[in-house]
Amino acid sequence: MFKDIEHLIRLAVVILVLLAIFLVLRVAVVPRSFGEYGHYRGAAIAEAAARPVAFAGHDVCEACHTDVVEQKKQGKHVVVPCEACHGALAKHADDPASVTPAKLDTAVVCARCHEANSAKPKGFPQVVTADHSDGIACDTCHQPHRPKIETAPSETKKTETKTRTEGKN
Amino acid sequence: MEITRRRLLVLLPAAAVAWKYVLAGTPEASPNYKLTEHWWSMLIDIPKCIGCGSCVRACAEENDVPDSFYRTWIERYHVADWRIERPEVESPDGGKQGFPPNEIGGKNFFVPKLCNHCVDSPCTQVCPVGATFVTPDGVVLVDKTYCLGCRYCIQACPYGCRFINPKTKTAEKCSLCYHRITKGLTTACCEVCPTGARQLADLKNPKDPIHEFLRTHNVQILKPHMATGAKVFYNGMDGSVR
Repeated sequence: MFKDIEHLIRLAVVILVLLAIFLVLRVAVVPRSFGEYGHYRGAAIAEAAARPVAFAGHDVCEACHTDVVEQKKQGKHVVVPCEACHGALAKHADDPASVTPAKLDTAVVCARCHEANSAKPKGFPQVVTADHSDGIACDTCHQPHRPKIETAPSETKKTETKTRTEGKN
Repeated sequence: MEITRRRLLVLLPAAAVAWKYVLAGTPEASPNYKLTEHWWSMLIDIPKCIGCGSCVRACAEENDVPDSFYRTWIERYHVADWRIERPEVESPDGGKQGFPPNEIGGKNFFVPKLCNHCVDSPCTQVCPVGATFVTPDGVVLVDKTYCLGCRYCIQACPYGCRFINPKTKTAEKCSLCYHRITKGLTTACCEVCPTGARQLADLKNPKDPIHEFLRTHNVQILKPHMATGAKVFYNGMDGSVR
């Protein structure tokens, strides 16, 4: 009954060889960590976590710049993190001597948040910079770390009142 | 592993070294981080957003996002009178340079957007090669060495959060600053937000203020009818937001 099975054996050998090639290739091609957590390369998680950071975080800034922290505590800008205005400074935190932050242009930095816009929350202090300061740099009157003007000459006091009313509209 | 006295003595200096890296702020690895102990999400407090664009700029800098592509962006909504089904939405340059002044009536507000890091994310389900996935700590990531650039995920995302990076030609999206949160830092966007409108939250951490916030506020997610399990929570969101 099984007299002429030679051709079947040959076929089986071919199939087995192909299967072996497939398995060898699969081991070679599929990354070792594939399927460690699910249908993906498990090592990709560690790779994503290993990148260096650009923003140091305000805790790192505050470890050295304690004077600024004290200043900020006296005003509303206490909630504003350092790098919101000063930009990404992890490199400066790593090497404070050789990497120094650039001086900020208050005309740009202050206006980013405080330029009036009808979509901003009503309680947020807003000014139309062109009317408010007439081109004078913000830090002429305001100390950016503690922006409220307290003891000021009469001229700047006017500006302060203006800010207040505009902030409440 | 059983902690014997001998092993503890070996582990203590290792932990001290690791803590030094945490304090340094820019560690290369995160030896103390356990995947199973976190479940990341984000809280966005719309009434606090001033549309300054700090988050968009910080994201681009932190993650090297090419110009005119956005991992996070801000939309300005204008809703005239009662027409909440027809809001006018604009996002010039993703809100990167803020928004031009507009003195118009009606309801106006900003909505920051980013990847929702969905639990049942449509994008990971369509990926044919397993290049995008939900990590055990609840972050949707892209393995750019494995991505073919077939764009299925971009079509699948109902929030429009994905794009093809023109340099690498692979899919890219918000990684919830995975390289930062695993080192104990917050995301770049949350770090620079001047009003605290964006806050990173760990749903598995019982001490995280998110739990109290979610209990006491009316919080929504985007497109709940899509059943994506979005984990970016919006407080004070108007019905017109899409």
